[in-house]
Amino acid sequence: MSREHEQGMSLIVKTITRFTVGLILLYGIYIISHGHVSPGGGFAGGVIIALSIIHLMLAYGKDITFKKVPRKTVSFFESTGAILFLGIALLGFLGGYFFMNVLPKGESFKLFSAGIIPLCNIAISLKVGAGLFGIFLVLVLLKFKVEIKDKNKSG
Amino acid sequence: MIELYILLIFMIIGAIIAIEVKDLLSSVVAVGGVGMGLSMVFLILKAPDVAITQLVVEILCLIILIRATLKVDLPFSTTGRWVLNTVITVLFISVFLFFAKTCLKDLPEFGYPLMRIASTYLEQGLMKTGAVNLVSSIILDFRAYDTLGEATILFTAVIGVFTVVRKQGRKELNEKVEEENE
Repeated sequence: MSREHEQGMSLIVKTITRFTVGLILLYGIYIISHGHVSPGGGFAGGVIIALSIIHLMLAYGKDITFKKVPRKTVSFFESTGAILFLGIALLGFLGGYFFMNVLPKGESFKLFSAGIIPLCNIAISLKVGAGLFGIFLVLVLLKFKVEIKDKNKSG
Repeated sequence: MIELYILLIFMIIGAIIAIEVKDLLSSVVAVGGVGMGLSMVFLILKAPDVAITQLVVEILCLIILIRATLKVDLPFSTTGRWVLNTVITVLFISVFLFFAKTCLKDLPEFGYPLMRIASTYLEQGLMKTGAVNLVSSIILDFRAYDTLGEATILFTAVIGVFTVVRKQGRKELNEKVEEENE
């Protein structure tokens, strides 16, 4: 493997990353889905999901990450999260007022309980994860651009 | 309570180091230490929700700071006039302390909040929403308007970053030079 085709970090980091990225993603999904039962919630779980994708990007470089998570997907998920959250809020008008908990409450301490709160958690996590990963992406691309400009100035 | 004060002193020392040290990487590491200390303080004060959020956001901020801004050369302002700066800082701190002393007398005591509505949430939250995690039931049911506003703020921030750092519609390097000549 020549030096030019190699992106990202060393082989050790890549191997460890292959094992850990899935676990981090699963932990984020666990935090989101149990947000109404145990500590955590949509925001923290969304940030953990964004961190797992950032982990992949730091270890493997941006080309492989873009192949797995294209930029269209990021903007799609962010917009979907925002619209989903607003839609859940508007769903409350079925029962009476904005953000009303229209769905059945269910049994406490169970995963499927608490009406709209798990759905709100999922919507917020989609929004936060995609948004923060997008910010990271844009700032890293900005860094590449600054480097290119410096090369042009010196060359 | 003693571990709380140890963590507070550790955080203050870390913040001072982050300001004073000359190397940017050391400064970022010191900021990360302050964030980890804050997360542990939240955990000691029995707020695991905030502790988890603080921890993951701190990690994300550290990665962004190290990866995206560290390689860019930032100008340091190490010029003189430190006597004037110190005098102004001490003056403002004393003014703030003076007004804080008069204002903080009227605040309710620690643990006795002014708004009584929180006790209603604690008593009826489980019955009304069905969520065991009361923090979740408050931010997504009782105070859902606030969460909607927060989500809007994040959405606006992401759109702002995308707009400032966009590729399309940006002037080329040559065009900028021509503008500067005019």
